[in-house]
Amino acid sequence: MNQVFTIAGTVMTIHLPAELDHHSAEQIRAEADRLIRTRNIRSLMFDFGGTSFMDSSGIGMIIGRYKMMRFMGGNVLAIRVGEQMRKILTMSGIYKVIDIYEGLPQQSELY
Amino acid sequence: MQQNEMKLEFDSRSCNEGFARVTVAAFMTQLNPTLEEVADVKTAVSEAVTNAIIHGYEGRVEKVTILGRIEGQELYVEVRDEGKGIADVALAMEPLYTTKEECDRAGMGFSFMQAFMDSLEVESEPGRGTCVKMRKRISREEREPVVTKRTDGTVAKDTQEASQTADGQPGKLIWNKQERS
Repeated sequence: MNQVFTIAGTVMTIHLPAELDHHSAEQIRAEADRLIRTRNIRSLMFDFGGTSFMDSSGIGMIIGRYKMMRFMGGNVLAIRVGEQMRKILTMSGIYKVIDIYEGLPQQSELY
Repeated sequence: MQQNEMKLEFDSRSCNEGFARVTVAAFMTQLNPTLEEVADVKTAVSEAVTNAIIHGYEGRVEKVTILGRIEGQELYVEVRDEGKGIADVALAMEPLYTTKEECDRAGMGFSFMQAFMDSLEVESEPGRGTCVKMRKRISREEREPVVTKRTDGTVAKDTQEASQTADGQPGKLIWNKQERS
């Protein structure tokens, strides 16, 4: 995976690393916030396609970005979520506020 | 009873979090755990180590110690720091409670440790540090590797056992496709 952030129109996808912990979450956070603030992003997609590990630091990072997107009237999705990642997302309760997809969402489900 | 012990000491830098959990995961493989059990332990260890780095030492670089022990089919893991300590452990362990919300902390570290391990014990003293003690029983029984004769006369060995269906009955064999093709 060469690019962490891809922007298509108003949709930004964050391609999460193989292991999303405190260390890697910190690295994503600053750049994600800068892009959300400076570009007109309405939908934020967290792509778990290449991710096999996440802990509560990852959850914290996602919740932080969710708050930011909600404040700006946008939405947040998690895509290509595998079984182990779904377990963490479910346990954290984050599934109540962001939509979780096993694959990719329909274009109509984005802003 | 099988006994084995290891001790790991490393700098409280965030780049060591991955190293720490992978080391514990490697240590526990001798218990023949399932992938899910390994993932659970990795998450719990990651939570404890991250707490030591962020809350215990608050960014200062000092030492975090992990003690791992195998007692029969049980894994014992201790994560210790000599940092700030926790004044009210019960409050700190409450779900969603965090002292560092501005740093995007979810307040779920202890909840995850509790959820992924069988038991969790936290000892702490302000100014002296914190020690997190976790246990998990690895349920997997000793399994014989599956040995099958291939048509070409060679023998295929596969440690991946008959998969278990949801009701606990043995299901059909799952083979390593790469090895077969």
